[in-house]
Amino acid sequence: MTSNSASVVSARDLGLTFQTSDGPVNALTGVNLDVAKGDFVSFIGPSGCGKTTFLRVIADLEKPTSGSIAVNGMTPEEARRHRAYGYVFQAAALYPWRTIEKNIALPLEIMGYSKDERKARIERTLELVNLSGFGKKYPWQLSGGMQQRASIARALAFDADLLLMDEPFGALDEIVRDHLNEQLLKLWARTNKTICFVTHSIPEAVYLSTKIVVMSPRPGRVTDIIESTLPRERPLGIRETAEFLEIAHRVREGLRAGHSYDE
Amino acid sequence: MREESFFRDKLLPISTVVLILIAVWYVAAIFLNAPFERDAAARAGTEIGLSDIVRNTMAQERPVLPAPHQVVAEIWDTTVNKAITSKRSLVYHAWITLSATLLGFGIGAALGVLLAVGIVHNRAMDRSLMPWVIASQTIPILAIAPMIIVVLNAIGIAGLLPKALISTYLSFFPVVVGMVKGLRSPEAIQLDLMHTYNASSAQTFWKLRWPSSMPYLFTSLKVAVAISLVGAIVGELPTGAVAGLGARLLAGSYYGQTVQIWAALFMAAALAAVLVMIVGLAHTAVLKRMGAKP
Repeated sequence: MTSNSASVVSARDLGLTFQTSDGPVNALTGVNLDVAKGDFVSFIGPSGCGKTTFLRVIADLEKPTSGSIAVNGMTPEEARRHRAYGYVFQAAALYPWRTIEKNIALPLEIMGYSKDERKARIERTLELVNLSGFGKKYPWQLSGGMQQRASIARALAFDADLLLMDEPFGALDEIVRDHLNEQLLKLWARTNKTICFVTHSIPEAVYLSTKIVVMSPRPGRVTDIIESTLPRERPLGIRETAEFLEIAHRVREGLRAGHSYDE
Repeated sequence: MREESFFRDKLLPISTVVLILIAVWYVAAIFLNAPFERDAAARAGTEIGLSDIVRNTMAQERPVLPAPHQVVAEIWDTTVNKAITSKRSLVYHAWITLSATLLGFGIGAALGVLLAVGIVHNRAMDRSLMPWVIASQTIPILAIAPMIIVVLNAIGIAGLLPKALISTYLSFFPVVVGMVKGLRSPEAIQLDLMHTYNASSAQTFWKLRWPSSMPYLFTSLKVAVAISLVGAIVGELPTGAVAGLGARLLAGSYYGQTVQIWAALFMAAALAAVLVMIVGLAHTAVLKRMGAKP
């Protein structure tokens, strides 16, 4: 492997079992996965398949109970201490008492960036997510889609090469979601980040990803890993092409094979 | 939505209730004070008519229940007509009580916040302290107040501080309970976010927990300032009724000066209302600064 394609995330036989009052729950079993630098990897599957749990393991928000995982060649905890990733949650989780620019400044303040540096980065990231001019607004003054874009700006503000996104557009309507997907691809092309993206939408996964990880529940596991053959440049219209539909079909087959459609 | 009107939404309902209360009060004063008039008439061997009873019950020197205008007259007389340095001035006594209230409230609020911070950040404190905090409030303040005064007096502390400490004893409690809840109010997702930034506990405290707890802090401060006043008044009772609203209440009850008691009560109520209002204004100002939705 050259340094260019070195693994950003590398999981070997990873497992995580939650101990609950109803007995152990296997959230993840036997996950083997490599995410290369610059990849856009989507995790898709029904609820309970462990896709969010896997993302939280990468982020050191959950501890695996078996197997191993490396993030940038370090343990997740070391990677977190090195601030190796930005995390975008399902909800925007903006602090309501901070303006949008102050929200973006939050990680920068914590990481000790100077005032001038903070200002420059706020301006740059606001421009990246098309929110220039909204810096002085409070979160409640923005629509849901704009709030989520602000939270993406917050995750982009510091120098993490890895972006972890947990169903960031799940709560938004489809029109806004299409628009944000398109913007996210542009942003990915401009910034060269590695993105791990959790979703439960097949079109979204196929449209965005260079690699699609299909997962299934009970126990949470990976049933298929699909390398996308779509070009990196993707207009919205690509979703009507035969190639797109073929990949979507394969994702659906993977979900069916994992009994994801069974009751 | 319709415009908010000061007259229709504030003045009208409030003044209606006040008028009803005053009417009920007058009627009650007549009924409660009438037996004294009848007894007096019987002793003098004369008959007394209803109109005389009504007139006399409005102006007794030591009525069972003074009429509202008597209380108003007493308040007017003891605030406006007396120098505020005079021992007969209600303003003087109110100031004595207020200073103990404010000192006790300040110490109580600070203590409450400190204990809450400890309880939220330290498991051992959470387990060991909270039951004692709750137990402290099950002891009647009337029982413990004289002991605090006596014990502190024995070690040479007298005057303002012992009274303030009784206020503290009452007022730290709502602050602890409110702030523990407030400091724990951030959502899991907001705490996770801090974790992904590898933020220190101090950073998480100042940038997340503290701002999140502001609405809880001010709500508990409103309760705390009101009971601080109660604490200061109770603290003045066992000191031998030297000065303060508590002393006025006690002296009034020794000598049957019911008008004086009621005047002191109203002064205390007005003081409490003003204190709660000031905390309320501070609350609004802070939330506004924090960009709350108007």
